[in-house]
Amino acid sequence: MNLHIEAISKSYGTQTALKSLSLSVEGARCVALIGPSGGGKSTCLRLLAGLEVPDSGRIRINGSELESREDKLIAYRKRVGVVFQSFNLFPHLDALTNVALPLEKAHGYDRATAIEKAEEVLAQFQLANHSRKKPSELSGGQNQRVAIARALAPDPDLIFLDEPTSALDPEMTAEVIEAIDRLIAADKDLVIATHQMGFAKRAADRVALIAEGSLVESGLAKELIENPKTPRAQKFLGACLES
Amino acid sequence: MNWRTLFIDSSPDDSQSVPFAARALSLSLAGLGLSLVLFASFYVLQYQWNWAAAFRYKAKFIDGWLNTLGISAASLVFSFSIGVLSIMAFRSRFLPLRYLSNLYVEAIRGTPLLVQIYLFFYVISDAAGIENRYVVGIAIMALFSGAYISEILRAGIDGIGRSQLLSAKAIGFTEYQTFRYVIAPQALRASLPALAGQTANLIKDSSLLSIIAISEFTLNAQEVNAITYSSFESFFPLALGYLALTLPIMRLSRLLEQRLRFET
Repeated sequence: MNLHIEAISKSYGTQTALKSLSLSVEGARCVALIGPSGGGKSTCLRLLAGLEVPDSGRIRINGSELESREDKLIAYRKRVGVVFQSFNLFPHLDALTNVALPLEKAHGYDRATAIEKAEEVLAQFQLANHSRKKPSELSGGQNQRVAIARALAPDPDLIFLDEPTSALDPEMTAEVIEAIDRLIAADKDLVIATHQMGFAKRAADRVALIAEGSLVESGLAKELIENPKTPRAQKFLGACLES
Repeated sequence: MNWRTLFIDSSPDDSQSVPFAARALSLSLAGLGLSLVLFASFYVLQYQWNWAAAFRYKAKFIDGWLNTLGISAASLVFSFSIGVLSIMAFRSRFLPLRYLSNLYVEAIRGTPLLVQIYLFFYVISDAAGIENRYVVGIAIMALFSGAYISEILRAGIDGIGRSQLLSAKAIGFTEYQTFRYVIAPQALRASLPALAGQTANLIKDSSLLSIIAISEFTLNAQEVNAITYSSFESFFPLALGYLALTLPIMRLSRLLEQRLRFET
């Protein structure tokens, strides 16, 4: 993927989330956004996913500019997938319907095809036996895998993951990371906000460290994580190593 | 069996259900107490009962009860439609509609039903030339109850987390699709117990239509009192007739509430 972020800013009321953040990445398969909580990673991801519109600045993804008109944004959102920290599945629907409903209603598949495709994707993530269960009957790890299946099912070019393992215990984290590896194996481009440095180092080819609403440093994953150049990045990664 | 277990619920958090014997005995005791108070009151008044006279007019009771049932059922259907329209107007981006919904709900909830009945009957329906009292009665009850239903639905919608709305956006749903497939089913489900309760209220409140001479249950009971020169006899069947309608509904509301709690 090619990602060009030019000086985007975003405020919520008096709270400034992003201050003129710029980032340029070319030819990456998996970009990891790392940095302290509340530093702007999630906001950045929401803007990239077209869920919110920046106050100023421009975003170009794979050569086309993200527009702020709602109809264009809806079309864009259908071409990308999003996975949230707290899964955000619909609690009144079972796993299968959570995956099939967007296929049927947003992507225009007929119902039978949507269900067939949803079953197929759920099976890929070892969820075939859980397809008739509601989110309240599934574990956090299973729910997150359903959410990943939901993002993957419409076959998007690009998937955004917002701290997909932060709400999970280590065992479930491992199971979700395995599911994310599966996305990479399926040739999907990913942008992931994460605190899992091990995962970022292994799976991402680019890393961008975002803190206090702006970009601190970006570069090749292994290089940046092992040899950060800026003092801010050194401080953050030092803290990560200690924990 | 220890006598204490018949009267005292010793389960620590009300989790166990009360045993049948204890329930039957304690319930009869409570009922007996209430009856005693009633009985004593009538004893003090030295009231001469005349049930035979009231019984002769049983057809009038039945007619009135059926009318109340019909008026309530019709009002319920219309009030639900009005409630849905009102909540849609409230969520509209077109501001005049939003404020209209606001004004409607606040005006209805802020004034007594009695005042609304007088205003609607003597001013609006007169001006509009609506002749049929029943149509007026149903319109009044529907408008009255619709405002409450609108509020109930609004609470149901407010209960849906922002994260779900974000999620709906992320999968590419339009605003309408989000409402239709995410908000509406959950809000309706969450509102069911309160909606059932509102139905019971609607049935009881329809008794006020007696003041504009709609021959529903309460008015008919009053007429029986007048014809038979009695004062109280017809009030008992009246109370029982309303209970026959409201008790099952309140029971249903309870059940729905429990089911909802179990699910979440």
